[in-house]
Amino acid sequence: MQLALSAEDQKFREEMRTFFTTEVSEDIRRTVIEGRELTKEQIVESQQTLNGAGLAVPHWPTEWGGRDWSDLQRHIWNEEMQRAGVPTPLAFNASMIGPVLAQFASQEMKERFLPRTANLDIWWSQGFSEPDAGSDLASLRTTAVRDGDDWVVNGQKTWTTLGQYGDWIFTLVRTDPDVKKQAGISMLLIDMTTPGLTVRPIELIDGGHEVNEVWFDDVRVPGENLVGELNSGWTIAKFLLGNERVGVAPVGTTKRVLARAKSLAGDRAAEPLTAARIADLENDLLALELTALRVVANSTDGEPHPASSVLKLRGTELQQAVSELMVDLAGPASIASGADGSSALEEWTHHTTPTYLNLRKASIYGGSNEIQRQIIARTILGL
Amino acid sequence: MDFTYDDEQDALRDAVRGLLTKAYGDFEQRRQTSKQDPGFSEKTWTQMAEMGLLGLPFAEDDGGVGAGPVEIAIVCHELGRVVAPEPYLHAVVLAGGLVAACGSAEQRGELLGSLAAGERLLAFAHDEPGSRWAPEATAVSATEDGGSWALTGTKEPVVQGARAETLVVSARLPDGGTGLFVVDGEACERTGYPTYDGGRAAKVVLDATAATPLGEPGRDLTASIATILDLGRIMAGNQALGAMEVALAQTTAYLKSRKQFGVPLSTFQALTFRAADMYVSLELATSVVQWATMVIETGDPVALHDAAARAGLQVSRAGRHVGQEAIQLHGGIGMTAEYAVGTYTSVLTMLEHLLGDGTHHLAALAGRVGEHEDLDPLAMT
Repeated sequence: MQLALSAEDQKFREEMRTFFTTEVSEDIRRTVIEGRELTKEQIVESQQTLNGAGLAVPHWPTEWGGRDWSDLQRHIWNEEMQRAGVPTPLAFNASMIGPVLAQFASQEMKERFLPRTANLDIWWSQGFSEPDAGSDLASLRTTAVRDGDDWVVNGQKTWTTLGQYGDWIFTLVRTDPDVKKQAGISMLLIDMTTPGLTVRPIELIDGGHEVNEVWFDDVRVPGENLVGELNSGWTIAKFLLGNERVGVAPVGTTKRVLARAKSLAGDRAAEPLTAARIADLENDLLALELTALRVVANSTDGEPHPASSVLKLRGTELQQAVSELMVDLAGPASIASGADGSSALEEWTHHTTPTYLNLRKASIYGGSNEIQRQIIARTILGL
Repeated sequence: MDFTYDDEQDALRDAVRGLLTKAYGDFEQRRQTSKQDPGFSEKTWTQMAEMGLLGLPFAEDDGGVGAGPVEIAIVCHELGRVVAPEPYLHAVVLAGGLVAACGSAEQRGELLGSLAAGERLLAFAHDEPGSRWAPEATAVSATEDGGSWALTGTKEPVVQGARAETLVVSARLPDGGTGLFVVDGEACERTGYPTYDGGRAAKVVLDATAATPLGEPGRDLTASIATILDLGRIMAGNQALGAMEVALAQTTAYLKSRKQFGVPLSTFQALTFRAADMYVSLELATSVVQWATMVIETGDPVALHDAAARAGLQVSRAGRHVGQEAIQLHGGIGMTAEYAVGTYTSVLTMLEHLLGDGTHHLAALAGRVGEHEDLDPLAMT
């Protein structure tokens, strides 16, 4: 057992820290640190800065821009990025469809999409969930029927995060209704400008527009846009969702927000109950960070550490708890979410409640925390 | 950065597990052992000495093995897995640790040599009525007369205080500060009694009792005591991890085997989710305790103090959660002394209150919360 980073990893950490704090636009980092909403342009600019330095998709195969780093180095990259307030590369591109295409797509499809996906020249949306297929994803009903060379898609997707910015959407569609529900699913890539495709915003409790419904009404999709084999969508989805859980505990971000909470709170942070609440959260975050390190330090043989399932569950709970602390620190000022530049209240207080409300999603998406408990009970405890 | 044991550490764990499984693999043996004085097995203690476990932390010159904190942690973890009643933490880690840190070469050779050989049991007489995990002594005071030292006052609870041949006693010094003294067990008035976890403790009354200063006479050893208490907290944490692991394993096994309403309990999601949460608590506590064990190796008392409080808080939360749920998920059988899981909860409760409970550590951490922006475990190198 050894606590210290190797000299090489220490140096790597310094390099990452330097890059993130000096090369990514200060304006973008301040937006993140102060809890304001990023524009599409800022997200694209940030990812392109990273991609220019080979830091947007280090976990991809080296042929497509990956860096062949150790799991620990990837962890350090991710943590330092969050710590510096750099927006992490768009998950739909970097963590979801990119690795899927690199693994399952034809060479032609890889060449067509991967470089533009890494550079966020294409903004991908995810078309998995449906009104009746959330955690029970295999129940999805959107159909794709062959017509000549094309597929004709009909149905509805929902919870399409940032779908209003999407150029393309990767979807799971039912291509065989007559077999076991997992066996009749395929993955299709669909250009979101295709006639018959409609994106409708869903208004959320935080007042923002982050998710959407996507409707498909006889949308014609070229046959070549099928990813991998026909009816292999479930296998692909499991691969994608497996990647999704890696790095899903935003430890670096939550630590940064908690450190900021302390400085913004001023004297309030010294009140005994508040100080105890902060100390408790810090200790839980330490436990989570160390668990993440145990997972990455011990998964060199490619097998994930069993404790990795703890990360999503606890990581999102702590993310939510810190956002709750921010609301409480803001006190009555937290009510003034719509205040503008003329407000006499401190600007940070405006953002606290929308952020808190928005983060209720964290324990629902990516496999709800109840699903995570199910995974732990079944696969780890054998119950 | 590495959280795994090397081959030698694996071998040590296997050897210790083998010995302790023989002794307490059947829980009934543990139960019978703890019913009779001194509440642990002299035979198992001797076997531990023969295996070199009682001298593990001490220098070879002092009759020890010179092993590091990870090795001690392995022993504690295995003791916790079978809730062994042997006073390893008290005699070796705490009392022995103080002799090693503060004793003269002669004292180290004599006391640690015989401790390691299993010939002499040491007890650490530090807690006093009214004290709460502070490194200072107040109720027992030391006086000096022409080079001879004597102690007066009451120490309680002293774990294994009635059985130990020799006591390491903390006492308030004439010029202030807290010193440590070696006292012959026979020289004091001792009243032993059983404790809820199957162990033994004693009230030790000193009445101008002759005592030998540990190391240089009259020296304030508060800092050394504080450091050994921190070390003890982390080792108690390792012991608690072993107990939690087995309490969880017993609970999941029970959920799979016990039938109610014609089906195994494991078919009820309300129960399996609670078991999943126990696993989460255990994994998070494991991470912090293993980290804290590695912090000991840095030799930095400030870092150690912080790590011990963090491990103490995490283990307190996890121990209560896992212990309480283990009993609840077992139902009535979990309340019986015959069935192991309740004893695991007793031991977890004892380990927490031995060296500082969660509230104690949280209060200390809260008091320092303004001293740092964020915690960076990777910076502690």
